[in-house]
Amino acid sequence: MNPERLSQAAIATRWLSCCSVVLACAFSSACGGSSGSSTKNAAPVVAVSGANVLPIAVNSGPAGLYVDGAFASATVCVPGSSTCQTIDGLLVDTGSSGLRILSSALTVSLPQLSTSGGTTGQAAASEPIAECLPFLGSYTWGPVQAADVEIAGEKASSLPVQVLSDTAYPVPQGCTNFGLPSANSLSTLGANGILGVGFYAQDCGAACAAAGTANPGLYYTCPSSGCQVAAVSATQQVQNPVSLFSSDNNGVIIELPAVSAPAASLSGSLVFGIGTQSNNALNGATVYAADQNGNLTTAYKGKSYSTSFIDSGSNGYYFLDSTTTGIPDCTDLVGFYCPSSTQNVSATVQGANGNSGTVSFSIANADTLFSNNTDTVFNQLGGPSSNMFDFGLPFFFGRNVFTAIEGKPTPGGTGPYWAY
Amino acid sequence: MRRCQDLLQRLLNFILPSVAVIVLALAAAFPARAALGGDAASVQADQLHMQGSLRKTAATAYSVHEIQAPTGTVVREYVSPEGKVFAVSWQGPWLPDMHQLLGSYFDQYAQAAKAQAGVRAARRPLLIEQSGLVLQMGGHNRSFSGRAYLPDQLPSSVTQEAIQ
Repeated sequence: MNPERLSQAAIATRWLSCCSVVLACAFSSACGGSSGSSTKNAAPVVAVSGANVLPIAVNSGPAGLYVDGAFASATVCVPGSSTCQTIDGLLVDTGSSGLRILSSALTVSLPQLSTSGGTTGQAAASEPIAECLPFLGSYTWGPVQAADVEIAGEKASSLPVQVLSDTAYPVPQGCTNFGLPSANSLSTLGANGILGVGFYAQDCGAACAAAGTANPGLYYTCPSSGCQVAAVSATQQVQNPVSLFSSDNNGVIIELPAVSAPAASLSGSLVFGIGTQSNNALNGATVYAADQNGNLTTAYKGKSYSTSFIDSGSNGYYFLDSTTTGIPDCTDLVGFYCPSSTQNVSATVQGANGNSGTVSFSIANADTLFSNNTDTVFNQLGGPSSNMFDFGLPFFFGRNVFTAIEGKPTPGGTGPYWAY
Repeated sequence: MRRCQDLLQRLLNFILPSVAVIVLALAAAFPARAALGGDAASVQADQLHMQGSLRKTAATAYSVHEIQAPTGTVVREYVSPEGKVFAVSWQGPWLPDMHQLLGSYFDQYAQAAKAQAGVRAARRPLLIEQSGLVLQMGGHNRSFSGRAYLPDQLPSSVTQEAIQ
């Protein structure tokens, strides 16, 4: 790029950032709103008991392969019965919504959800529902079944969950066309399932209930003739269990203590509800509203990255690339950073409500971190993710991070938002 | 505000001479050929597949064909002066049909993605850096973005930063 183009690009960037502030101010009263501190808050309190408190642990998970993954257990029951099974090793994921369980980890037989036959716009006969959901680097596929789910002292009745299986129904072409490998086994998922407690009431929502070309085609009906993409009503889609609790249903807090060095494990809590009990108040946490895509903006070295997010299911700080950050990639480990000495990074996050705060963290050499096979908790693990900041689980160490569900009122406003 | 207006004027001075925005009318059926690495006609094949609307932006070194799908996902295809698609990018709530988008590079991508699966986590951004193909993908449930390009086919004046 020649100097003239560089300066023109700089002008464009400055103009965009200048006018975006003006525009934001025109439509919001939040300008000049609260601004977070530059470092983590004083050591937060980790709730240890309560009907709305689920213990979580950062460890290598049930397959022994994870780093920086938080795991918890839930009890699933055949709806309306006492036929139940407690499943541990579920990845606690604020970056997705819905409970997914490996078929191979499930010993109770859950009833299949089917379309109601004869309804306009749906299949003529009652047909079983299945789903293909792409994650980063893998997809999950399998039937949607119903379970009464008990988590800590909370309960979601007849919750649609995804049962992960390559064989219950053949994987359809629309699923393999994502080009991602299946994460339907313990060795590929690294967990017995995913406890998705993110922003949304359903993993897809209105889009997958729509007929025609606006439907992204994640849900299928599977008559004996084969699975076909279908419009599936929101209530029959895989649901965020929290939003179906009778109380404490407007969001969650992940509470994990601060970490100063690599460790073998770490214990914390997943607390249900925001401002619904004495143990889940915002306590002055800054609210960062999510935009329509569930993202916030992160500014780094004069550039803004508008598809940034906070996600307990990402196992590191994933951001930008080595060219932009100056932090070298690992040569043998694809997707991690390997600086010769630990690098400090500072960036400014801004929510859609105008609130902003500085985030500071450090990135160590992933090769060095992984050289001790017993460690699974790394507060300085990171890697590249182009044009965005993905604040993964290390961001949660030493912070109580609130994730508020879409459309649900809380003392900090209506979700979706993060607060910490 | 005055500084804003000044910057705006300078920005427009920069944009107007070098870029023309053309909205294309829908053309007749095109062969359903690959996008990445394919010819310009493959863009229309992608458009038909996505049932999206197409907007073409012509710059000096290349043109950008932007397909807005009814699902809300936006795909951009970067076409060289020789008419070859040398890069694609995508952003939106849903992951596009990568088989359609990557064409003959799909198998290479799928094999590389599979090789990385389960390495210390199932859930992290995807990064493929091979001599003939670079692909980066990040995001979360209901927000995906990424890009893929052919490093040995980038027009000489195009940097990877231009592919967004």
